This record gives sequence, C-alpha cells and structure tokens, in this order.
Amino acid sequence: MTQAAALTRRRRLPASRLLFTALALGVGALSVLPLFYLVMRALEAEPAQVVDLILRPRTGWLLINTAALTLGVLALTTLIALPLAWLVSRTDLRGRRAVNVLAVLPLAVPGYVMAYALIGLSGDYGFLSEIFGVTLPRPHGWLGATLALSLYTFPYLYLNLRAALSGFDASLEESARALGSTPREVFTRVTLPHLLPALLAGWLVIGLYVIGDFGAVALMRFDVFSLVIYTQYSAAFDRVYASWLALILIAIALSVVWWESRLREGAHYARTGSGAGAGPQRFTLGGRGQILGWAFVSLVVLASIGLPVAVLSFWMTRGELASTLPDLIASFLQSLSIAVPSAVLAALMAIPVAVLAVRYPSPLSTLVNRLAFVGYAVPPLAFALAFVFFALQGARFLYQTHLLLVVVYALAFLALALGPIRSALYQARPSLEEASRALGQGPFATFRRVTLPMIRPGVVAGMVLVFVIAMKELPIAFLLAPVGFRPLAITMFSRTSEGLLMEAAPYAGAIIAFSAVFVGVVLRHDRKAGG
Amino acid sequence: MNELPKSVGFKMPAEASPLGFRQIPQKVLLEVEGLRRHFDEGDAAAVERVSFAMGEGELLALLGPSGCGKTTTLRMIGGFERPDAGTIRLRGRDITDLPPEKRGIGFVFQDYALFPHLDVLENVKFGLRGLGRAAAEARAHEMLRLVGLEGLGARRPHELSGGQQQRVALARTLAVAPPLVLLDEPFSNLDAAMRVETRQEVRKLLKRAGSAAILVTHDQEEALALADRIAVIEAGRVVQIGTPDEIYLNPVSAFVASFIGRSNIVPGTANGMDADTAFGRLPLSRAANGKVSIAVRPEQIMLEPDPNGPAAVVGREFRGHDQLYWVQEGERCMLVISGPGAQIDVGQRVRLRICDCVVPLN
Repeated sequence: MTQAAALTRRRRLPASRLLFTALALGVGALSVLPLFYLVMRALEAEPAQVVDLILRPRTGWLLINTAALTLGVLALTTLIALPLAWLVSRTDLRGRRAVNVLAVLPLAVPGYVMAYALIGLSGDYGFLSEIFGVTLPRPHGWLGATLALSLYTFPYLYLNLRAALSGFDASLEESARALGSTPREVFTRVTLPHLLPALLAGWLVIGLYVIGDFGAVALMRFDVFSLVIYTQYSAAFDRVYASWLALILIAIALSVVWWESRLREGAHYARTGSGAGAGPQRFTLGGRGQILGWAFVSLVVLASIGLPVAVLSFWMTRGELASTLPDLIASFLQSLSIAVPSAVLAALMAIPVAVLAVRYPSPLSTLVNRLAFVGYAVPPLAFALAFVFFALQGARFLYQTHLLLVVVYALAFLALALGPIRSALYQARPSLEEASRALGQGPFATFRRVTLPMIRPGVVAGMVLVFVIAMKELPIAFLLAPVGFRPLAITMFSRTSEGLLMEAAPYAGAIIAFSAVFVGVVLRHDRKAGG
Repeated sequence: MNELPKSVGFKMPAEASPLGFRQIPQKVLLEVEGLRRHFDEGDAAAVERVSFAMGEGELLALLGPSGCGKTTTLRMIGGFERPDAGTIRLRGRDITDLPPEKRGIGFVFQDYALFPHLDVLENVKFGLRGLGRAAAEARAHEMLRLVGLEGLGARRPHELSGGQQQRVALARTLAVAPPLVLLDEPFSNLDAAMRVETRQEVRKLLKRAGSAAILVTHDQEEALALADRIAVIEAGRVVQIGTPDEIYLNPVSAFVASFIGRSNIVPGTANGMDADTAFGRLPLSRAANGKVSIAVRPEQIMLEPDPNGPAAVVGREFRGHDQLYWVQEGERCMLVISGPGAQIDVGQRVRLRICDCVVPLN
C-alpha cells in the first residue's frame, strides 16, 4: 500500500487564503492588542492600592449610577418604542407610513445634541422663558441624562420591535383566541414572549450605547463611568484609577453582551410549521383610538424631533450665522479630514475579515470575526484610553497624530463596515469566482476582477456608515484628538459645556443635518430588508 | 453525428470489470486514476474510487443518482476540490496539484456563473487577457457568432433567457479553446422543452470546437442523447463505462439495468450461453454460470392474450408511441412495453413470451 500512501497528499493552503487569514488576524490583533496596555497600566498599582481603588465608595456609586441610568433608559425607550411599533405594524392608524419615518428620524440627533436641546430649552434665557415666559429648572443628573439618551436611542428598539411585530405569524394569536384566551391574555402569553428576542436585541444596542455614552452624561453632569474616566485621565491625571475604571466598564459591557446572548439562546421562536404563514391582522382603532394613537405619536415626535429643532432654531436666530460661517467650515473640513480616511480604512480592514468569514469558515475565522466586534462592544472612552496607553508605551510616534485617530475610528466602527460587506459577499455566488479561475485567472486577479466589483455596493454602504458615524463621534476624538484639532462634535460640545449655547447652535445644526444622511441610509437598508 | 473517431482499440486495464467495459482510447486526453475524496462535514457527496480515461474530442457523461459523487469528481478534475488520493493527468501531465487557473480546463457551471457586473461581450472576453485587445475582441465576437448570439454583446446577463445565458457561458468557456470542458448539470436550469433542443445544440457546438467534454447529469436520457460514452457512477465508484448502446444493451448490474432505462430483474440458472428461467430457456448476451439475476427490458417481452394464461394485466398506460403494461404473474409484477397497436384491457389473462437475448447481471 506504499503507492496508496504516496497518493494520499497533505492538504496545502492556497496563498490567497493565507494572505486573507494573515490580514484578518492582523486586524483582529490590532483591536485587542491595546487592551493589554490598558491592563498593564492598571497593574502598575500595588495590590493594596488596587483593593483600595476598586472598593472605594466612589466606585460603588458609579456602579449604581451606571445601572440606574441604563435601567432608566431601557424602561423609557421601551415605553416609547413598544406602543409606537404596535401602532405602526399592527393597527390601522392613519398615516402610519409617515409615523414609521418620524420614529427613526431621532437617530439623527446624537445624545449630546439632545442634551444640548434639553439644556437650551430651559433656564432663565432659554427657549421656553423667552418665547412662553415659562422658566423650567435646567435638567441635570439622572433625569436629564435619561431623557437625553432615551429620546435619541429609542429608534433602535423601535426598528427591532416593528420588524418582529410585522413578521409575526397572526395564526398563532388566532389559535390562542380559538383556545379561549382574551385579547389581553393573548398579548401577554403569546405576543410578548415572541417579542423577547427583538426586545433583547434592541436593549443590547441601547445598553451598550448608554454604558459608553460620554457627551450626554457630561453635559448633564451625571457621574457615571465614562465621565469619571475622562475627568480622572484629563483633569486629575490619575491614570491608574482611570485604567481600573475603564477595565470595570469593559467588564460591564462584555457581561451585557454575554447575558444578551445567553438570554437569546433560551428564546428561539422560529415558526415550526410549514407554509407561508398568515400576515399580521391589523387592529381596528376606531375614532377615539385614532385620536389617542396620534396624541401619543405627537408627544413622542414633539419631544424627540420638535424639541431639538425648535431649540436649535431659537438659538441660531439669536446669533449671527454669517460671522461663524468661516469657523464652521473650517471645523467641518477637520471632521471630514478624519472621517473620510477612517471610512476607507475601516472598509479595507473589513474586507479580509469578511472574506475569511464567508469564503473560508473555520474556528479561526469565527474568532477573528468576534475580535472585529471588540471595538464596537468596548465603550469608546475605554477603547480610546487603551490606545492612548498603547501609543505612549508601544508607539510613541503615533501619539496625538491624525493617523492614530483614524486607526482607532476604523477599529471602533469596523463592525458597521463589516455588516454590509459580509452580506454582499454572501450574495456573490462562489461559482462566479470559480468560473474566473477556470478561465485562467489566478486568485488575486479573480478577487480584483470578479469579487471586488460584485461586493462594491456593500463596500460603499459600509464606508458611508462609518463615515457618517465618524463625522459626529465625540468621546474618542476627545481623548485622541491631536493638539488644535477641533472637529464639529468637539467644538459644539465644549461650547455647550461652557454655557455658550448660542455659539454651539450652528455646529449642532451641522451635525444633525449630517446625521440625517445616516438615518437615510438606515431607512433605505430597512426598506430593502423588507420592512 | 460522430465526426471524431471515438475510443478505438481497447486494452483491458488491470482492475477492470470482468467484462472489460473500461476502455482506454488510443489518443488519450485525460486519465483519472483512483480519485478519492471524503468530507468531514457538509452535504457534498464522497468519492470512493474513480478511474477512467477519455480521448481527445470525446464527450463523456458521468451519470448517476444525486449524491453519488459525480459533481465532486468533476470539481476535482476542475481543480476546485483537492482529492484525498489519486492522480489526474491531462495529455500525460500530472495536474492533480495545480490550481484551477493553471489547468486549462473549462468549466460551465450549473447556474452558468455569468459575471453580473459585465456585459455579454465582456463576459466572453474575460479569459482572453493574453491576447491583444483587438484580437480578444475579434475572438469574442467569433464565439458569440458560433453560439448564435451575435447581436447581444451589449446586453447584461440578467437580460437574457436561461438558454441564452447558457450559450454565453459556453462561448466564454470555449473562447479560451480549452482541450477539455466540464459541464455540471448544464440543462437542469432549463425547462423541459428547451432541454431537448439545447442538448443537441451543445453537442454540435462542442464537436465543432473540437473540445472534449465531461458532462455531469442524473438524467439518463440526457446522457444517452449527448455523450459518446457514459460512465455510470454509484456510491462514489464507476460501475460501468461504455457507449450508450453498450450500457443499455449490456448493463453489468441490477443498478445500471434499472437506472438506464427500465428493467425487469428475474432469477435464473445460467449454463454457458443459456439460462433457465420461469419463462423457459433463454439465450444470454454473454456467458454466465450458476444462479444469476437476469435483466429483461420491458420491450423484450411480448404479451399474448390467452384466457388460460398464467398472468393478468393489472395496469396500463397509453403513451402514444407505445403502451406500458403492468402484468402480474404469481408473486411477480413485470413491466412490458408494446407497440400502440392491439389493446389489452386491464384484468385480461395473458401469456408472457421473451423473444430476445437477455442480460445476466453480476
């Protein structure tokens, strides 16, 4: 059998696969490596000191505050998003198509702009007192932060719930009715359990956002982890304490991700039967129902869109727009100078990771794809802090450079670019690549001439997402911005925190206008997904 | 029809079936020796041991039920699947370890795999990068003319019908003049009427281009109509290889006898060139001894109405050019095909008569 043994050959990996694996591993390593520097910096403390740092009452307060803020935002967003999603997808509410757009639009108002709007609304010289003569106390602390974050993030939950509700098989509810349940029982015993995966998915996005948010909590002066990390790092210069807080924050974020995936495993409710499944039946609201429904919709829209628009217009008309225009344009160009290369780099990084996942699935590719989500799951301030330490100790030449900021943006938003590129690759049939190989084209020529042109729409969509997010990003820029770098978000934020509401208004307006593009992309994607 | 000489002069290979149906043509193009491929996971079918050889310009069909490993075999020849063991030689050169692009073998995919971002002409030009721009253009136009799609160069693939897409795929493959073209279930995406028309068209195109081709199919009718020779594959092994006539007239096993056409399998005792069966002593197509299974084609049986006959008609299907009868004789149900003439009603008693050489199976 020696001949047979000689004929049995070891499988060699082709060069193209090796290259994609190496590139993807490089990207994965790059998103994790700096976290080691964070750990190293934290370990500089003596053990006794560590115990003191972690067990100090302040840390406990921060935990409680963070938990209270997260729970508050989750509760408020659910109260807003669940009725809204039900009204749009399960009732005959008039104009529900318009409501659908209005419900997603608040995504265009970042948390710190929403906080700005809430602050600018009230106070002695605020919108309400000048226009209506009513002076409200300026919101701050837990209430202010909860309001600002909820009014901005509820669309994430809304999108998930609406998709679940409109894809829901009505025959399940009808069976429950036929088995003798009242409508109320049907909702609690059949509908609600089926919404659980959508709720969890929405809560995960919002939870991670709240844990990582910096702008809104800073403007509302509510002591949670990210705000204190920043003040410890930049004002108190206590970098060891900042590192420990960052590590705790990362642990919280990762445990949220873990819990969500555990809970979701337990809640798997695919339809088991065959057949197309009946579409959802719409609930007839009647005259009073229509009025009540629209009252609710109006309240939500007024608070989430009307408020920032009105307050911004108010403050903008107070200032002289023309005189601020040159500064505004300069600031805009600075934002652009970071956002464009970040988008390109993120797409370049996402391509090998996506190719590895789709074309060469293996335990290694799964690992690399998990690593690609690290930048998304780790709160931005902690992520940025890790890169500060990495630059200070491992790559001094990078510290306070545009390049470092671009790399960190690309890694932080890699997951956003990865989504559309990966789905484009899934749609590009492998037989097309094989046809090119059979026509004499090598793996690299095939990638350039066939794969790349076919996934181009996905690459462009990924770049647009990263670009728009990077245009309005605040906390990472705050920690990593080179000296003199004043993009839109930083300028607007620092003016607001100094109480210069009038001077901040044009920047906030520019950010909102820009973010509307992002919402447009989300809505289009949503419609294509069959919304 | 067969412009090219096919399989001339055979030698008996070492591990051939006792009947010597594994033929090696003199001017060998492709030799496949002991190919094996197993998968740890996934639904791709395993290949146990596949060996065959084919000549220049020959059309060979790999025929077998789904899951028999025929597509896996084709993908190994094309270079998209690496064999666990075995060798593939093209014109005497070992290509087993070469990547697909270095083999010079064309591949027409089941879904045609036309590039959606290129128009028809650009698709056909895709593999012609070695040529100059003008030469490539001329060659592409020539290929489009060959497949009868001359005016459609500027169309996008999705603007073509299924049959047109397939012809573009064929033109694209033939443009680089490969000595061998592999076709994976090429007609499965066409409707029944198109299929019959297209397969003679494809046969003509391949013959005109002088390319040899291996066609994978599970449709015996397609294999019989298109191929110069057929290799029947069962559970990852070639069980018989030969011309369509040979395979139909002399199947080696019950599997081949029932998979290509229909067969009644009856037991018998063979004694040289004869066998004793329930239908009396029958001449055999080849020598056999002892207890054997015997394949009797439905058209080899004649029905004679006889009120005292041992059998009864239990079913009948009129098919225009002939009719199908199911005849019950004791425990056994036989399938009989007779001409469209005399009609025998269901329930009538009949006598069965076999009037031809029958085939003993291994």
